[in-house]
Amino acid sequence: MTGSYARRYAHLVTMPTTVPAYGNEAAERLAPMADVTASDAALRRFLHGLPGVDAVGLQARAATLGTRSIKTTAKAYAIDLAISMIDLTTLEGADTPGKVRALCAKGVHPDPTDQTVPQVAAICVYPDMVATAKAALAGSGIHVASVATAFPAGRAALPVKLADTRDAVAAGADEIDMVIDRGAFLSGRYMSVFEEIKAVKEACRRADGTAAHLKVIFETGELQTYDNVRRVSWLAMLAGADFIKTSTGKVSVNATPPVTLLMLEAVRDFAAATGVQVGVKPAGGIRTTKDAIKYLVMVNETAGDAWMTPDWFRFGASSLLNDLLMQRQKLSTGRYSGPDYVTVD
Amino acid sequence: MNAFEYAPAPESRAVVDIAPSYGLFIDGEFVDAADGKAFKTLSPASEEVLSEVAQAGAEDVDRAVKAARRAFEKWSALPGAERAKYLFRIARIIQERSRELAVLESLDNGKPIRESRDFDLPTVAAHFFYYAGWADKLDHAGYGADPRPLGVAGQVIPWNFPLLMLAWKVAPALACGNTVVLKPAETTPLSALFFADVCRQAGLPQGVVNIVTGDGSTGAELVAHPGIDKVAFTGSTEVGKAIARTVAGTRKKLTLELGGKAANIVFEDAPIDQAVEGIVTGIFFNQGHVCCAGSRLLVQESIQDELLEALKRRMSTLRVGDPLDKNTDIGAINSAEQLARITALAEAGEAEGAERWAPSCELPDTGYWFAPTLFTGVTQAHRVAREEIFGPVLSVLTFRTPAEAVEKANNTPYGLSAGIWTEKGSRILWMADRLRAGVVWANTFNKFDPASPFGGYKESGFGREGGRHGLEAYLDV
Repeated sequence: MTGSYARRYAHLVTMPTTVPAYGNEAAERLAPMADVTASDAALRRFLHGLPGVDAVGLQARAATLGTRSIKTTAKAYAIDLAISMIDLTTLEGADTPGKVRALCAKGVHPDPTDQTVPQVAAICVYPDMVATAKAALAGSGIHVASVATAFPAGRAALPVKLADTRDAVAAGADEIDMVIDRGAFLSGRYMSVFEEIKAVKEACRRADGTAAHLKVIFETGELQTYDNVRRVSWLAMLAGADFIKTSTGKVSVNATPPVTLLMLEAVRDFAAATGVQVGVKPAGGIRTTKDAIKYLVMVNETAGDAWMTPDWFRFGASSLLNDLLMQRQKLSTGRYSGPDYVTVD
Repeated sequence: MNAFEYAPAPESRAVVDIAPSYGLFIDGEFVDAADGKAFKTLSPASEEVLSEVAQAGAEDVDRAVKAARRAFEKWSALPGAERAKYLFRIARIIQERSRELAVLESLDNGKPIRESRDFDLPTVAAHFFYYAGWADKLDHAGYGADPRPLGVAGQVIPWNFPLLMLAWKVAPALACGNTVVLKPAETTPLSALFFADVCRQAGLPQGVVNIVTGDGSTGAELVAHPGIDKVAFTGSTEVGKAIARTVAGTRKKLTLELGGKAANIVFEDAPIDQAVEGIVTGIFFNQGHVCCAGSRLLVQESIQDELLEALKRRMSTLRVGDPLDKNTDIGAINSAEQLARITALAEAGEAEGAERWAPSCELPDTGYWFAPTLFTGVTQAHRVAREEIFGPVLSVLTFRTPAEAVEKANNTPYGLSAGIWTEKGSRILWMADRLRAGVVWANTFNKFDPASPFGGYKESGFGREGGRHGLEAYLDV
């Protein structure tokens, strides 16, 4: 798929290996694609020229992958990997410094009784909690991720969104989870969405030349069709997304296996076409170990080994962690504990 | 980097209790063959002997046909609603025992448990439910008022879907008021014998279903027996022709479901990821032991490279091995004989100049195995494009225009099925009108439903199974 693009651009790009989307080399790799984002019309033609998605077939494939049976050593491996991929999240109006510090403590030592449990990948908070989280996580290596750009609706003027982003980065955020303007996308103003992502990516830059990693949230539950998900994935990757993310967790339909599978196909194809690796983050609604393992199976059999690390795949989740911990205890002790043997957030 | 290796996840064999030997199921009883002959049935994955099964001779076939004849009078006189009760009961028992039957089927046939559990058994039960529903509605099937059954049906089924093919044959026959003598394939007799037990459990009257196990000679005896009124056969075109010759000039009615060499046609505007899945399902489902398998991939030349690249990548993730492991995608080849046939045809493909490719995969040391294989550079003149291989071997051909796709797809003595992959609805309809194949799938492949008729054109046979059309084969119309 999209190999026609790969072929068309192959002579322009020499690709010894893929490079990460957040590095300086990514821009060079994407330069040959500049013609497809040169105008609104060109971008539209490109996105509408991507292969269609057959909904029934996509759902059937996701369901079949969901029947994989992951047992014993494989299960233990998957549980620890899943824990290390969690963006442990609190995005509530009622968030306080105390709540955020508690979550950070949990992220560092998910199971206080077992020091062999890996720590989570990041703590995800609103911009005003970034400084608190950063202080609480000092020295742990855990990233602070901040939502930005008028999360979750994204209904604000661009300068406001950029200020929101810069604030979070200035407060120490390592990762920015932005939302796209779904209204612009659904009304066909692809270039406007593209430019906005580029502007936010620019706002992620720090004074020292480094940059916070940018995750782009599509809110796939609002985009609805699989064709839209494939198009928006390519649009965001062309605009410089480091990660593509399904959902805010704030609408009724969040991450689903078929949507995530489709996004994994998109990053796989994008890497094949451009040599740039982009990560994937399903978020919202993933609550059980069983679900998390199904997602890992999808990553393993779609994008492959290169994505099986916290650098390239994340779970946006909160309650998932406790279920993973209970299953981990079950594997090591042979019996189920209970909700009182894992910590409340 | 630590790869995510799936640990073995074997389904337990403990749910199925296989007896050391089985007799023939005649007139509601298990009996030994008159001459005491028996043969062994193996697990193709391990070559372990599973059980010993009676080899029915002429005398046994005669007893079975006579038992079916005796039972016919009462069975056909039952009101349809009464026959339906038995069929509904059989369907429910199959559902209740589906785990046991799925494990048994995977043991005896070699197919992955994922398929026997998620495809074969649910479809078997659905078929009995569907025809149970027809039993009291035959007046409304379009064959006139009160259509009559034919009598005793002699049914010979293949080894690729042992229990499902039994369901396709037995369910409509019983619903219409016929009684049956069924001969399962020599290499996969066990699930039919377990079905005999299901019939007893359902309280089905004696003699309505009789099961005679044996090799081709048993089938020949059954087909030639003067006491049967109907012959239904699923299997190879070669045997089908022999049966047609045997039955010619008699009063027996005949339906044949034979081989195929289906074209799976992928246009440049296809949903590529799903087309790749459809190609894989089309040819590697059930190790390619599927008469309607999409064994010829016709791909539009403009997307050949990218499609093949995606297909090879996908094939590299296929898991070949222990059929009872829940993560196995491709199980064992059903018999040494079939393995030899696939091997010979694949070698012929290479010798004729087609390019052979298979992902690197470790095959078990014992049992019969064949890696999923792709031939590119195949033309209409190659044997691998013309002959049914009945194994996990895909031949890739190209086309330039829709008209050429139709011409190539139809250029085969077979005509069982075809697949079309395109996002353009009007082209699907245009193609479907022109493809000479009994089943045409659009943007999917190998999908079955009891309500949908199935059957072939040309050397793929005649008569339909499934749906309202499937009743015709068992009614005197």
